[in-house]
Amino acid sequence: MWRDAALVAGRDLRVEARSRVTLQQVGPFALLVLILFAFALDPARQTLERATPGLYWVTVLFSALLALARSAALDEAGGVRDALRLSALEPAGVFVGKALAVAAELLVLEAVLGLGVIVLYGAEPAGIGLLLVTCVSATAAIATTGTLYGALVSGLRVRETLLPLLLLPVLAPVLLGATRAFEAALGGAPADGWPWCGLLAAFAVLYSVAGAAAYGTLLEGS
Amino acid sequence: MEPVVHLRATVALLGRFPALAGIDLDVGRGEIVLLRGPNGAGKTTLLRVLAGLIPPVRGEARVLGHDLPAQARAVRRRVGLLGHGTALFEELTAADNVGFWGRACRAGRDDIEAALGLVGLDGRLRDVPVSRLSAGQRRRTSLACLLARRPELWLLDEPHAGLDNDARDLLDGLVRQAVSQGATVVMSSHELDRAEALAHRTVALAGGITTTPAQPGDEVAPGATTDVTPRSEPDLPENVTKVPYVA
Repeated sequence: MWRDAALVAGRDLRVEARSRVTLQQVGPFALLVLILFAFALDPARQTLERATPGLYWVTVLFSALLALARSAALDEAGGVRDALRLSALEPAGVFVGKALAVAAELLVLEAVLGLGVIVLYGAEPAGIGLLLVTCVSATAAIATTGTLYGALVSGLRVRETLLPLLLLPVLAPVLLGATRAFEAALGGAPADGWPWCGLLAAFAVLYSVAGAAAYGTLLEGS
Repeated sequence: MEPVVHLRATVALLGRFPALAGIDLDVGRGEIVLLRGPNGAGKTTLLRVLAGLIPPVRGEARVLGHDLPAQARAVRRRVGLLGHGTALFEELTAADNVGFWGRACRAGRDDIEAALGLVGLDGRLRDVPVSRLSAGQRRRTSLACLLARRPELWLLDEPHAGLDNDARDLLDGLVRQAVSQGATVVMSSHELDRAEALAHRTVALAGGITTTPAQPGDEVAPGATTDVTPRSEPDLPENVTKVPYVA
C-alpha cells in the first residue's frame, strides 16, 4: 500500500509542480482572502488581532477546497478512473497517496499564510511547537476528509459545487479545534491547546481509516 | 483448451438499459476478433465487460479462466484496454505517463522503456508534455501504457481512430507481434477494411446481441454481409427498460 501511495503522491505532486496551480492560483487566492479580511477589519485593529486564528483557518479551509477539487479532477480525466481500476494499485494506497499530496500542498500554503498573518495582522508567533502540531494535525484531517469526499462526488455533474457543500459542515470541528489551539498558542497558554490537537488528530485518524477502507468501493461506484 | 473469452446469454446494463442483451461469444487463445456493428450495438460495453469494468447481471461470463463479476479484479490485472479516453495526464510527459501507469501495473523499468521504444516515443517526444502532443501521439502514448503492462487479452476500442497511416501500420504490427507471442485480441473498429485485414474473425453486433456465429473457426469473409436476426428476447431483470431492437 505504501509503495502505491508514494507512486500516486509523486504523480499528483509532479502534476502540481508542472501546472503550478497551487503556486499561481491557490496561493494568491489565499493571500487575497487574508488581505480582504484585513481591509474589512482594519479600522478595529484589536478585532483583527483577536480574530487572527479564526481568519487564518477559514482562509486555509477555503484554499483547501480549491486544492481538493483540483486533486479530485485529476482522476476525472478521460479514462483515468478506468485505468486506475484496471491497475494493480491498492485503492487504499491511491487514497493515502492523494491525501499526502494534498497535505504537502496545504502545508506549504499554511507556511506562506503564516507569514501573511504576521505581516498583515501583526500576529506574534508563540508556542511554536503547538502551532506546528496543530498545522500537521489539521492538515491531515482536511486532506483525508477532502480526498474521501472528493471521491464521493466524483462522476457527478455538480461535483464542483457539491464538494464544498458537503465538506464544509463536516470540517467544522477541524476549524473549531485548529482555531482554539492557535488561540491558546498565540495567547501564551499552550496547555489549553493540546486537547484540541488531540481532537484534530483523532479526526484525521478516523477519516484516514474510513477513506482507506471506502476508497475502493467509491472507485467502483463512480 | 478453455477459451480466453466465454460468454453465454450474457446481459449487462448501462444504467437501466440492457446494452448487452444476451450475448454469446467464444474467443480462443491467439485469436484476433473484430467486433463490428452500428453505433449503440454494444461493442464498447462488451469490451468493458470483458475488462471486468461492467459487471454482467445475467448469463455466464468467463475471461481468462475467471468468472465475472466475482473475479473481476483478477481479470483486470491480465487485460489491457485501449478505450476512448486516453487516461493521460496533460501536464506530464509521455515518459512520465507511461512510467506511472507501467509501475501502477507492476511493470519493470525495462518493460516501460521497451514500450516507449515500440511506439516511437523513445526520442525527443518522450520528454514532451502530453498537452503539446498531437492526438495521434497521445494515442501512441496510451498504446505504450498498454504495452508496458504486457496484457494477455488486448481490448481495443476503435484503436485506429486518430492515427495516421504510419501509426496504424505500427499498431497493426504490434497487435500481430503480441498475438504471435500468445496474446489474444478483441477489437472494435469502424475502419473495416484495415480491421478486417488484421482480424482472424469478425463478429457482428446489433442491439446488444451477436448476429453471426461466434465460435472459433467460424470465419466471416472480410466485408461479408451478414443476416441480422435478433435472438428471442433475453431474460432481463424486472427493473430493466427494454429498448427497441436496432438493426
